[in-house]
Amino acid sequence: MAVHRRLQLTEVGDVTVVRFVDRKILDEANIQEMGQELFQLIEEEDRKSLLLNFSSVEFLSSAALGKLITLDKKVKAHGGKLKLSNIRPEIYEVFAITKLNKLFDIKDDEADALASF
Amino acid sequence: MSNQSQVWTYERAIPSDLTLGNQVLEDLLARFEADGWDARQIFGIRLALEEAVVNAIKHGNCLDCNKQVHVICRSTVDKIWIKVSDQGEGFDPEAVPDCTDEEHIDIPSGRGIMLMRNFMSRVEYNDKGNVVEMEKHRDHGS
Repeated sequence: MAVHRRLQLTEVGDVTVVRFVDRKILDEANIQEMGQELFQLIEEEDRKSLLLNFSSVEFLSSAALGKLITLDKKVKAHGGKLKLSNIRPEIYEVFAITKLNKLFDIKDDEADALASF
Repeated sequence: MSNQSQVWTYERAIPSDLTLGNQVLEDLLARFEADGWDARQIFGIRLALEEAVVNAIKHGNCLDCNKQVHVICRSTVDKIWIKVSDQGEGFDPEAVPDCTDEEHIDIPSGRGIMLMRNFMSRVEYNDKGNVVEMEKHRDHGS
């Protein structure tokens, strides 16, 4: 299995739960690395059900949003499902302003998200 | 804290290096925190400032370290004013597609300016599009 430096993975049934190592996802190099690791889960490890748990994330830039949008496209192209959970209110506001709350399936917490796969 | 301590000017010119840009960001955010701006407002200021500085370094100056990014910030008790300039060709911010449109919603880029405008009180570009001025007015709460 590939090494993940920016992500922490746990398996819950068929779902891969992803947590982020960085509290602030804004450094360009880290965002690139995070993106590659996320894309790898789909393209190389062939995972079909991904839950991104944002409980540890305090800040993310628009470049990080871009990676999430690309991930969403890749997941759909592979016939998988992507859900997001545990997004704190100020970050949810970023999703709402950009209307990405309509693109992504966002649940309040991990239990809700897992139940919805 | 005396009000006088919140009146200051910060000015720095840096080569087009994202690590140096991040240092400017952290310098300024530490000052805003010391001035007692609340966490929610600092979140928005960080987001807008980060977008402006990264845009200037990456898209404006194309990461060319021979070109500089100039950041000026003036802080008063009720307001922060920030100007970020690059030495690039500039761009037309009005030509950036609206990423909230249904047809553009899945485009991975182009959200930075929208976020800047939402989180700051005022955001204006010069005609060339290589200088952005932003203001944030302090929200004193209800």
